[in-house]
Amino acid sequence: MSPAPLDASLGKEQAAAPSPAIRLRALNLGDRTYASALVSFGGLLLAVAGVIVVSLAHLAQPTLSATGPVHFVLGTDWNPVSGSFGALPFIYGTLVTSAVAIVLAVPVGVGLAVFLAEMSPRALRRPVSFAVETLAGIPSVVYGLWGLFVLVPILRDPVEPFLAKYLGFLPLFRGPPIGLGFLAAGVVLAIMILPTIASVSLEVLKTVPAPLKEGALALGATRWEAVRIASLPFAKAGIFGAVLLGLGRALGETMAVTMVIGNSPSIHASLFAVGYSLPSVIANEFAEATTKLHTGALAGLGLVLLGLAVALNGLARLLVGRTQRKLA
Amino acid sequence: MTAAVKIDVARLDAWFGRVHAVKGVSIQVPERGVLAVIGPSGCGKSTFLRCLNRMHELVPGARAAGRVLLDGDDVYGGSVDPVLLRRRVGMVFQRPNPFPAMSIRDNVIAGLKLNGLPRDTDEVLERCLTQAALWDEVKDRLGGSPLALSGGQQQRLCIARALAVEPEVLLMDEPASALDPIATARIEELIHELKERYTIVLVTHNMQQAARTSDLTAFFYLGELVECGPTEQIFTNPKESRTEDYVTGKFG
Amino acid sequence: MRRFRLRKLVNVTMTVVCGLAVVVALVPLVSLLWLVIKKGVAGLSPEFFTQLPTPMGVPGGGVGNAIVGTLMIVAIACAIGLPVGIGAGVYLAEKGDGRLGRTVRFTSEVLAGVPSIVIGIVAWGLVVLPMKRFSALAGGVALSLIMIPTVARASEELIRLVPRSLREGALALGVPEWKTSLRVVLRTALGGIATAVLLSVARVMGETAPLLFTSLNNQYWNLAPDQPTASLTVEIYDYAISPFRDWHQKAWTAALVLLLLVGLLNLGARVLSRNRLGGAS
Ligand SMILES: Nc1ncnc2c1ncn2[C@@H]1O[C@H](COP(=O)(O)OP(=O)(O)O)[C@@H](O)[C@H]1O
Ligand SMILES: [Mg+2]
Repeated sequence: MSPAPLDASLGKEQAAAPSPAIRLRALNLGDRTYASALVSFGGLLLAVAGVIVVSLAHLAQPTLSATGPVHFVLGTDWNPVSGSFGALPFIYGTLVTSAVAIVLAVPVGVGLAVFLAEMSPRALRRPVSFAVETLAGIPSVVYGLWGLFVLVPILRDPVEPFLAKYLGFLPLFRGPPIGLGFLAAGVVLAIMILPTIASVSLEVLKTVPAPLKEGALALGATRWEAVRIASLPFAKAGIFGAVLLGLGRALGETMAVTMVIGNSPSIHASLFAVGYSLPSVIANEFAEATTKLHTGALAGLGLVLLGLAVALNGLARLLVGRTQRKLA
Repeated sequence: MTAAVKIDVARLDAWFGRVHAVKGVSIQVPERGVLAVIGPSGCGKSTFLRCLNRMHELVPGARAAGRVLLDGDDVYGGSVDPVLLRRRVGMVFQRPNPFPAMSIRDNVIAGLKLNGLPRDTDEVLERCLTQAALWDEVKDRLGGSPLALSGGQQQRLCIARALAVEPEVLLMDEPASALDPIATARIEELIHELKERYTIVLVTHNMQQAARTSDLTAFFYLGELVECGPTEQIFTNPKESRTEDYVTGKFG
Repeated sequence: MRRFRLRKLVNVTMTVVCGLAVVVALVPLVSLLWLVIKKGVAGLSPEFFTQLPTPMGVPGGGVGNAIVGTLMIVAIACAIGLPVGIGAGVYLAEKGDGRLGRTVRFTSEVLAGVPSIVIGIVAWGLVVLPMKRFSALAGGVALSLIMIPTVARASEELIRLVPRSLREGALALGVPEWKTSLRVVLRTALGGIATAVLLSVARVMGETAPLLFTSLNNQYWNLAPDQPTASLTVEIYDYAISPFRDWHQKAWTAALVLLLLVGLLNLGARVLSRNRLGGAS
């Protein structure tokens, strides 16, 4: 083992391989098997997504081709017996209830997040966060139960008569106070999406760099002014993302809405009126749907819902991600 | 040195992407010798060390070229499985890294268990912990969490863990830099004992440590090997002025 | 000076407004929990956990079969969803830095936002339609599809939290990469993954919509996975929308049982994660 012959062989080696820079990656059999097993798990997840889209489209296809996609989306008549399928009342109901939910939940959710992030005593943060998490963890059928037996009676009297009396000049607040309807669904949805909006906004607000806020405070700004001129502008896109995530959740929420919206396919301007939503009609009719056209129509509604949810979630992730990347 | 050459490195280069971290280094380490690698931070000491057991190539984008012979066999040869190489060339890291989800006992025999090597584990356990000078301190809590140990104890546990797979060479990357002086002294004593059986390459930026523990010292600067020789000579009579400046504390 | 006073006033007002938001958010939570407990306890009895539902007007009876059914459906969901979800998570953490990895990650994010009722339709098409009957299996498939993306993302994050140094420590012992990944990295992340799994189980246990037309309901005990199966959530729904007072009572009590189960799982998750953090410090 003297060094001399080693040098000689080294010379040979280098002559044979003029580019000595070898990429060193030797995978043995176990590692290679493992790597391909992992990749197939990743592929499985893609397959799940593919299966969801393909099987929905496949189920919906008979109805969509019989009705025509445009008429399906814009039609207002829904009659499984006569085979007439127009989804507009459901789309309308979904949009109206989600809008009510957003209008109610955004100020509360963002206000809560701002309070916790910027104003509250530290000791308050944990218990309130815990409460918000608890709110998020309650099953939607329990919200529906509560909505049906607690919220609806309160809306019927005194809330709706009160609104009709003072805001009745708006078409939104007219008609008999039934309790069930768009307003009830919107309020329950607002409560359900509140945790999403609050917690994501809070996450985003936490990423606001301290120097930014301190800069504003050092200029003599009050706490609220610092929030207004430093924190909120920085977190704007992320908070908007939080709202979209909440909206995505509201659109697809089924049970609580089904239990309080009244389940009647009609389009009314008044929030006091009963209506229907995309998920609700699927929930109510699917188990009893006997014809291919009927299940196809319901799957078509599912497809509409899927499209809305995917678009909203994609956009929301983009916006939340952008605020968080601002730091980098 | 009359002993056989254990590790023979010739014209070793290593890169991280574009960064050329080790430049044409050639060094020989005799069997049961202790080589200390010194030099300012960022000069490629760790990278050099990690080339010896092919840990370097695990970093994405990292490459190496040149020759590293272990007992005359090229560790970068086409048929060499780096996994088997690493069983012959153990490593101890700068920060103690015991496996937190395993007990002290399982940490020591982790290499044997994970490699499916059938051994008398109790015998190995006691022998390795004794060799790592840790047995007396942990023998009553072998089932406990390694995270309950002090930093110095954790590092000795990592040494015991490395010894359990019966390597021939032990690579130590600043094993005492995260430890207090008393723990450092224990690790140095340990190196003294371990060199009876193992060939050791020790990276350190502590020159006294190098002087106290090693037979040979290599001085790295900006990725190059400036000088390598008997430790005493490097510290008392270096050939290169850069070495002299460094060991006398003029820079670094 | 007057301007300054005005600014202070605005500051105080906005602080109060934001503080009020906290109160407003807490009102429904307190109301809901209080009522579920108050109304639910009224119908609570040992039989409620062990007996079959009684027909309308017949007193007594319980939701024993629905509790068992929920557990069975969730178990099926775990059997399908956990291997795939955790596997995909390990893939994302270990090999997911390339283009395929980014695609898988984005897909799992989008999947997590798919409404559960839509998943129900898919499970119906995949299982109920070919088998020509509603079944626990169909419900389990639906819930597993809901679990997969969340479990995958959580597992990825938790595996990525395992320090590089542990991986290197194992590799330096001559342990192959695959064993390092499974027996050191994954094992270290396991406590966290268990927490995430419990939270995910708690979530799907509360799902109703995807079960309505997959596992449907059943008035009797059933342990056969290919038969319609009762679940607590569907039972609550059916009782709640019925016109009968004593069924409304049962809905509240069943809701209490469901909240207890979900709460227990959440508590378990918390204890687990606390132990893990306590152990690591
Ligand atoms: N993972 C890495 N990626 C890119 N460059 C690295 C990496 N690790 C080390 N380097 C670079 O390689 C050079 C040598 O680093 P290193 O071997 O760690 O030095 P030392 O151990 O002597 O402090 C340094 O310039 C360092 O910046
Ligand atoms: Mg180093």
